[in-house]
Amino acid sequence: MQSLTSQIITNSLGQVGLTVLALVAGVVLIELLVYLAAGKIFHAKNALVYMLLAPAVIGLALLIVYPIVLELRLAFSNMSLRRFKNPDYGLAQGLDNFKLIFTEPVLKQVMFFPVFLRTILWTGIQVVFHVTLGLGLALLLNRKLLLKGLYKVLLVIPWAIPQVIACLTWRGEFHFEYGFVNILLKAVGIPGVQWKSDPFWNFVAMNITNIWLGVPFMMVICLGALQSIAKEYYEAAKMDGATGWRKLRSISLPLMAPILTPAVILGVIWTFNNFNVPYFINENHLETSDILVTALFRAAFEYNRYGFSAAFAIVIFLILFIFSAFYIRFTGALKSVRG
Amino acid sequence: MEDTLVVRRKRSLPVRLLMARIEGESIWFRLLVNIILIAACVIALYPALRILAVSLRPHDRLLSTSLAIIPPDATLGNYHSVLFEKDFPLWIWNSLLITISTSIMGLILSATSAYAFSRWRFHGRSGFLIFLLTTQMIPAAMMMVPLYIIAARLGLINTYTGLVLSYSVSSIPFSIWIMKGYYDTIPSSLEEAAMIDGASRMYTLYRIVLPLAAPALAVVFLFNFMNSWNDFLLARIMLQRPAVLTWPLGLQSLQQQFQTQWGAYAAASILISIPVGGLFLFTSKWLVSGLTLGSVKGD
Repeated sequence: MQSLTSQIITNSLGQVGLTVLALVAGVVLIELLVYLAAGKIFHAKNALVYMLLAPAVIGLALLIVYPIVLELRLAFSNMSLRRFKNPDYGLAQGLDNFKLIFTEPVLKQVMFFPVFLRTILWTGIQVVFHVTLGLGLALLLNRKLLLKGLYKVLLVIPWAIPQVIACLTWRGEFHFEYGFVNILLKAVGIPGVQWKSDPFWNFVAMNITNIWLGVPFMMVICLGALQSIAKEYYEAAKMDGATGWRKLRSISLPLMAPILTPAVILGVIWTFNNFNVPYFINENHLETSDILVTALFRAAFEYNRYGFSAAFAIVIFLILFIFSAFYIRFTGALKSVRG
Repeated sequence: MEDTLVVRRKRSLPVRLLMARIEGESIWFRLLVNIILIAACVIALYPALRILAVSLRPHDRLLSTSLAIIPPDATLGNYHSVLFEKDFPLWIWNSLLITISTSIMGLILSATSAYAFSRWRFHGRSGFLIFLLTTQMIPAAMMMVPLYIIAARLGLINTYTGLVLSYSVSSIPFSIWIMKGYYDTIPSSLEEAAMIDGASRMYTLYRIVLPLAAPALAVVFLFNFMNSWNDFLLARIMLQRPAVLTWPLGLQSLQQQFQTQWGAYAAASILISIPVGGLFLFTSKWLVSGLTLGSVKGD
């Protein structure tokens, strides 16, 4: 056991303090240099702009752009734990990596396409449940209620708990003998389910956990959207004799769309990229429960195939990129940026 | 005519209350709404209450099939052992140190750039803003291999420095979007007035704009705080030595020993969830507005 000794405290404070000081000094230095260079040497009109942008641009270049470039380079290498220091680079290596993704198992047994289809299934199930349950709860909450404030706080709790804790707890509760899920099932006369070792039930367990986790966000978004709709619409609809369902379909949903659409798209991307839930719930490392990002993590850090994983990561990014491009194309989401 | 009036008068008070309609909805319907909402609250709350129940169980009764929330022989033994016998204080210290310095650095790196995006129209501005949005779509898992390799080459594995650097940079795109959105709402006439009085651009930024943007700075700080506080993936890759673990890694190691440490795990979870969850509930309004701002609101 490691305890929190004064030595550890001073060491860690020293290290973090130095890091922060170095970063701040770096920011100031870069700003000065850029300002002088742009203003005095190149006589640029917008020297101040370059100076203000410089720290962020350099930071992003070093820790986002460079890693992406490195990833592209690694994709064309055979780097692994054994060949960490001196991997071979080359076009043939890269083509080989990309070919391997689609022709050989990405982990031990499971192939790329089953994982891909499972990821789509997972994303689809999650988004459908999040939106219907979130919208349903929001519709129920969108009225005068005695305990409305209390309901809202309690319903948001799954989102408020740190996600790692929520996942680890659910994993514990899917224990065959001592988890509450099976205890409750037995109480109503259903024999317990092997949540951790049975591939199908493990996938169900993942979905239960993430539905529990994800509904509050959609509920809050939907409630916000509902509350932004002016009362006059409903009054007019009532005059015309519209029923509740008709009001929902013809007033609420269309008027919520501008807020709901980006939230749903965000939900799709988050679910597709969700690492914690599939990783933690899958305690027995079943390959049949992996989605693309967890498979990527295992390929990289359990099988230590860095070159292959880099290529795999690029394939995953391309899938997301195509999805986002379609979204941007059809909804014109980025129009507002060009101001 | 007479008869119906008589019938109406005969109804007792509870019946009349039940028949009453509020906003055009019958009491029965509203009762149903409340029942569904209560059921949903129970589902939302029960797993959280279970952690509490396990944390209060005595050491020799950790594994039990009881569903009681407060066990009959409740004890604070698990809390005592987590606070004084386990690495828990160390993990919290590590997490706090990394998270706070990250959040501050995130602000320093993004506040000035966001100002430039808000006040000037320069070449490549919209392209850059789109690039920032695109980076938000990159799965965290995708950046792990290159980040791990860079950290390994620079000797930053098992250091705070590596994590602080990558967390603060990865928070830049989101922070810039939020800050820019807020700066846009501050009228530039304020700065123009100050500049007519002879103040420089930097002076107006620090003395006029930043103080006015304090709410946005708070949101960005909070958001970055939550993100790095709760991060598991990057910490899992960068940190292996027991002395540098953050709390998500520590909790995972406790939870892996299900048989023996389940109570300690539960107590630690409660100790972390209550302040963080409380902070979240208290501030969720701003967090939500921040989350959707980038995608809903543009210029």
